[in-house]
Amino acid sequence: MSRQLWLAIPLLVFGLFVAAALWRLADPPSTTVESRLVGQPLPAFTTTPIVPRKLPVSAATLRAEHQPRLVNLFASWCVPCIAEAPVLAQLQREGVRIDGIAVRDTAADLQKFLADNGDGYDRIGGDATGQAQIALGASGVPESFLIDGAGVIRYHHVGAIMPQDRADVLAEWRKLR
Amino acid sequence: MIAEAGLAALWLAAALALLQLGVALAGPRIGDVRAIAVPAAVAQGLLTLFAFAALITLFVRTDLSVELVAANSHSLKPFIYRFSGAWGNHEGSMLLWVTVLAVAGAALALLERRLSPATIRATLGAQATLALGFFAFLLIASNPFARLYPAPREGQGLNPLLQDPGLAFHPPTLYLGYVGLSVAFSLAVGALITRDVGPALARAMRPWVLGAWVLLTLGITAGSYWAYYELGWGGWWFWDPVENASLMPWLAATALLHSVNVLAARGGLRAWTIMLAVVAFSMSMVGTFLVRSGILTSVHSFAVDPSRGTFILGLLVLYVGGALALFAWRIGTVREGARFDLVSREGALIANNLLLTVILGTVFVGTLYPIFVEALTGEKISVGPPYFNAVSGPIVLLLALLLFVGPLLNWRIDRRPLLRRAIAPALVTLAALLATFMLAGPTSLLSRLGLSIATGLAVASILPLVGRNLRRTPLATWGMALSHLGVAVAMAGAACDSAFTRETLTAVRPGESVSVGPWTIRFAGVDPVAGPNWTAVQAHLVAVRGGTSDRFEPESRAFSDPPTETNEAAIRTYIDGQLYTVLGRQESDGRWQLRLWWKPYVTLIWLGGALIALGGALALLGRWWRERRQRVRAQEAWA
Repeated sequence: MSRQLWLAIPLLVFGLFVAAALWRLADPPSTTVESRLVGQPLPAFTTTPIVPRKLPVSAATLRAEHQPRLVNLFASWCVPCIAEAPVLAQLQREGVRIDGIAVRDTAADLQKFLADNGDGYDRIGGDATGQAQIALGASGVPESFLIDGAGVIRYHHVGAIMPQDRADVLAEWRKLR
Repeated sequence: MIAEAGLAALWLAAALALLQLGVALAGPRIGDVRAIAVPAAVAQGLLTLFAFAALITLFVRTDLSVELVAANSHSLKPFIYRFSGAWGNHEGSMLLWVTVLAVAGAALALLERRLSPATIRATLGAQATLALGFFAFLLIASNPFARLYPAPREGQGLNPLLQDPGLAFHPPTLYLGYVGLSVAFSLAVGALITRDVGPALARAMRPWVLGAWVLLTLGITAGSYWAYYELGWGGWWFWDPVENASLMPWLAATALLHSVNVLAARGGLRAWTIMLAVVAFSMSMVGTFLVRSGILTSVHSFAVDPSRGTFILGLLVLYVGGALALFAWRIGTVREGARFDLVSREGALIANNLLLTVILGTVFVGTLYPIFVEALTGEKISVGPPYFNAVSGPIVLLLALLLFVGPLLNWRIDRRPLLRRAIAPALVTLAALLATFMLAGPTSLLSRLGLSIATGLAVASILPLVGRNLRRTPLATWGMALSHLGVAVAMAGAACDSAFTRETLTAVRPGESVSVGPWTIRFAGVDPVAGPNWTAVQAHLVAVRGGTSDRFEPESRAFSDPPTETNEAAIRTYIDGQLYTVLGRQESDGRWQLRLWWKPYVTLIWLGGALIALGGALALLGRWWRERRQRVRAQEAWA
């Protein structure tokens, strides 16, 4: 190879870099890792009554209703859930129907949590052994699933729904209606 | 009023940059270029300094009618963080960048007298072109002084990770380094235009490269320590894209620092030195682009905006593409320097440059590989520490071995037997290697080699001073020995960290004890505590080893504005290592998660970094001093 060609190699490498960067700028990457559960039918799970005057929730009832729902796994012992609670209450006022699954919780702790931090839930079921959490494939609390009228998971949010996530969740919810 | 004055100063500075470029292009036809370009460059420096001071004033006063202040500050924030908040965001940090660029340009225009008038003119033109692009970026795409109407009643806080003394120091130091390399870039471009590549250029470039390199070294060392104690992950280097973005210009600058000496002393490595000067600043700009455009995901979450990314990419194409094209076109006509033998100081420095370039290539490819793969196959992958460590680790060891003899060689040709001089460090290395097998427990071969070669290098680094009259040894030689010793110290720290760190991840109830390494740690319980804009759970730990007993109080903090949680690790340094404690979450059964590390000699990593920088500073001082003395002598002789 001639000397002139060697000297142009840095320019060629830089050209490749610019091409890749342009492609990436035109098509920005999504920062969320797509959950494997999205697009799957809701797996079977049941929960037990835990709070007075609130019905528990199960996969069978959710599927029978043919209505979209936000299913939120939470717990009174989970610190991020405290930050999430007011956002869920806000979402409920904006028309999102929310069911809660209280993971490894006690009735007394849970009632205090709801009294202190707000209660955006239509139904709350207890999941004393974490079976529902495992069935849903959730890795921790809090996690939330949006389910459409056909009982298929359409959106999976890992971690607390923070104020900055509210608009995204609301947009996903409106897509289901 | 302050915001408007700051903005006006920036526009005025931009106009002056245009004027500077104009006179540089017009050349001697319009008279003495320096008579216009120098005052224009100095005025740019002063005006941008004024604009930067204006932004700091707005932040300190928490003037919420300015959009940037409202988005990034808060009246409850402590004074020092209101101050440093001025550059803890995209627009403010770009203003800092532009300020440093303009001040460096002013210093270059004022001080540089060694080069031919034509080269100075071309260099000032190149510097003005750089400044113009960044002024345009600031004024068109990232105005820090934009107003917000109506003004909100309270600001939106600052990322709590950034509420740390490290932030006040780390970004400005790195920026000084990045932008200092812009002067080397402009000098290289200027010399390419006039084909005036020689020792005079190298001597003009050297103080800028050396100064920028010292600041980059300090900035990277400080950044590494900041990540170590603030993120609470117990690691000191994560191969995060943004860390790599600061490492790549440093690697190029390190290579340049060595090759520029060959050019200054022997007139050799002309094309290579010019190439490195272009690459070093190009890497600084590529790094800025990667951070600001959001095309790579990183822990350093800056305001990500694709339109800004497009703007910086445009500047990159113009500057880097332009300089590389100029290089390919012109460098063939630059005369080659003096010839030399393979076994010589030049030969060793070339080997050093090749190895550094291989590491640079490794980091560059590893950082950008995910983008290339996704562009070609649509598959998402991530490149992590295993790749970077496996590839760069052995090369670093080779570089260290090269240091055993390299600094002892003569220029041009060295016929003396090589091995006899390296015998002391080689024996020390072998003894240390034997010791690691006999004394240290099971660990990787790489850390054993790292530790023993570091020990040998510590001896080798002092050899250039042995047998000399120490009082007449130039300060630059002392600086070199100190920097190379710093490399040994940092390597030893890194090897100890990877070989001997003991880690315990556990969940405990109050009153229970756990052990990590030689320590027994009792968990006494937790208490709530509160600060100006956060509340926290504070753990009480008592660590006991032999007769030593110390209290540790790591915290898990919740910040109110914006709501964020951070871990405040409690770390204490002992003579033989650091004990690092982090409080995690409370589990459902009431136990608290604890993460504990015993890290023998880990502080050597940052001590080594500081020594490397100190050596560079000594060399800079020594060269400056010597030149001043030579000038004074020349004047005396003339009079």
